Amino acid sequence: MSDNLLEVKNLKMYFPITKGIILQRHVGDVKAVDGISFNIKHGETLGLVGESGCGKSTTGRAILQLYHPTGGNVLFNGEDLTLMKGEALRHQRRQMQMIFQDPYASLNPRLTVGNIVGEPLEVHKIGNAKERRERVQELLKVVGLNPYFVNRYPHEFSGGQRQRIGVARALAVNPEFIVADEPISALDVSIQAQIVNLLEELQAQLGLTYLFIAHDLSMVRHISDRIAVMYLGHLVELTDHETLYSNPLHPYTQALLSAVPIPDPYIEDTRQRIVLEGDVPSPTNPPKGCNFCTRCARAMDICFETDPEWKDMGTAEEEHWVACHLY
Amino acid sequence: MATLLEVKGLTTQFFTQDGVVHAVSDISYKVDEGETLAIVGESGCGKSVGVMSLIKLIPQPPGKIVAGEVWFDGKDLLQMNDDEIRQVRGNRIAMIFQDPMTSLNPVLTIGRQITEALQLHLGMNNEQARQRAVELLELVGIPGADSRLDDYPHQFSGGMRQRVMIAMGLSCNPQLLIADEPTTALDVTIQAQIVDLVKGLKHKIGMAIIWITHDLGVVAGLAERVIVMYAGQIVEEAEVHDLYARPHHPYTLGLLKSIPRLDLGKGEKLIPIEGLPPDLVDLPKGCPFAARCTYRIEKCLAENPPAEYVTSSHRVACWRWEYVIANQPQAGS
Repeated sequence: MSDNLLEVKNLKMYFPITKGIILQRHVGDVKAVDGISFNIKHGETLGLVGESGCGKSTTGRAILQLYHPTGGNVLFNGEDLTLMKGEALRHQRRQMQMIFQDPYASLNPRLTVGNIVGEPLEVHKIGNAKERRERVQELLKVVGLNPYFVNRYPHEFSGGQRQRIGVARALAVNPEFIVADEPISALDVSIQAQIVNLLEELQAQLGLTYLFIAHDLSMVRHISDRIAVMYLGHLVELTDHETLYSNPLHPYTQALLSAVPIPDPYIEDTRQRIVLEGDVPSPTNPPKGCNFCTRCARAMDICFETDPEWKDMGTAEEEHWVACHLY
Repeated sequence: MATLLEVKGLTTQFFTQDGVVHAVSDISYKVDEGETLAIVGESGCGKSVGVMSLIKLIPQPPGKIVAGEVWFDGKDLLQMNDDEIRQVRGNRIAMIFQDPMTSLNPVLTIGRQITEALQLHLGMNNEQARQRAVELLELVGIPGADSRLDDYPHQFSGGMRQRVMIAMGLSCNPQLLIADEPTTALDVTIQAQIVDLVKGLKHKIGMAIIWITHDLGVVAGLAERVIVMYAGQIVEEAEVHDLYARPHHPYTLGLLKSIPRLDLGKGEKLIPIEGLPPDLVDLPKGCPFAARCTYRIEKCLAENPPAEYVTSSHRVACWRWEYVIANQPQAGS
């Protein structure tokens, strides 16, 4: 077996735009994810960053087959998920779970914590009622909640505690791989660190592999081994967390890093920012050539003509993928 | 510099079915002319209610400004009647809100919304107000300002809408601009644009700013003075460099230790603040932070420390601030 747990090849996810009520004519596509490729190794954390609307959440969902991808392949442990259906896919899903962004919306308010955390066990027909109950209590302990909370409802918990319930639910079926879709962005600053530490501890204990989706670069840098930067449906750069910070190649990555404020007034006093002009173009009508050409300070003629190739600029031991005509 | 605004003992409470919510308890501070003051705290710490109370934007009932004085230009804003305060709001003190998606009226054009304040406060006619609105949109960096006045809010992106909000806030040349988490709903590259814009405008216009946020990173590059709030109280106030270099309050220290920094490496564990903020209906007897504090002693549970000046510009509400400074966890340990 290769050391890649997950291989994503040329993944595409288009959402059709239709016009008319009865005869729904197909007039265009929202190209949320437009041909991205990357691998995730066993036990590693891959951070996926980008601004809102760049397709990072869609990528996470398309990997788990919550959407049926328009094109490309997703190999999980060597098996292609995009070709699977029904029972076979459900069986694979035991190995991959998701933690959602909004802990207020992702827990059913009419179920008790015990039912929420136990539901994946029921779906996958694991154990009998008694074993499931014990497992739920054990899971609550693992995520730092009191096991006596099983009969309470989500509204009785704070945001951070709810996110812990979401983590417990994801862990219930002993998955190998977890997609964490902005798991901390709805939480307060002092609570964020609690959840991040929990995720890191669980990874160390259980050998989990994470795809950590976020827009907060400093948090992604903290938790990830490698980081992929996404812009308007494309990956623009992918490398290890150290290199991405010390030697960002793509102009978008450079701008993104320079826009992140650093909590130190002495540094901020002297820092030179690259401030990007304008907004992200619409994914229904992305610009010709490189997607970033409309906002790039270093755009050349070729950038407006052809889409840059996704190539490895790294050394033998460390990959450094980038899609830019400058290199 | 001359003091522009002075808040003394402001206390705002909400009378609800569950009891009295002590949203803001006895806070006092000053804002100098042309100064940028940041108020930092987590959600529910009373930072928004605190500034909304200044210009009586609190829904009454259930809210009530129970005590305090707000001196602005020789007058106590809290003693003013509705007509008088309306002359100040949007005119001499302007406010921009967190969510540019919901704070603009979707059925009125941008031009209509900007000119409203101009006609109301400055008595301009349609022609003059439109002219001024174009200038304002150009000032905040909206291209094609003249034609965009007739557009509706949905035709603008999030960052552009926040620019429109800022243009509206600046329309009557306010002496004080209150910005309530103006960049929280925006992406980081757009946030950088807005922060740059506000900094530039401040130099140009010379107004004072109260910037409310939970993001200690934004504050570092923007503010001159910082107030940290917790559970409706001011726990620390200091000049910005001083606050980050030598936080005196365990809560400020905890906030700084719990956020990852882009310029420091991976691997160091974050030090979270354990536990949860207290319930504002049922505040503990002593220091509100005591339950989560690692520096706690017996006295903290019994008596709430007052915010006292330890130097001429640095005040802190903690019984053990001297011990806190002497025993800080080292960065990266």
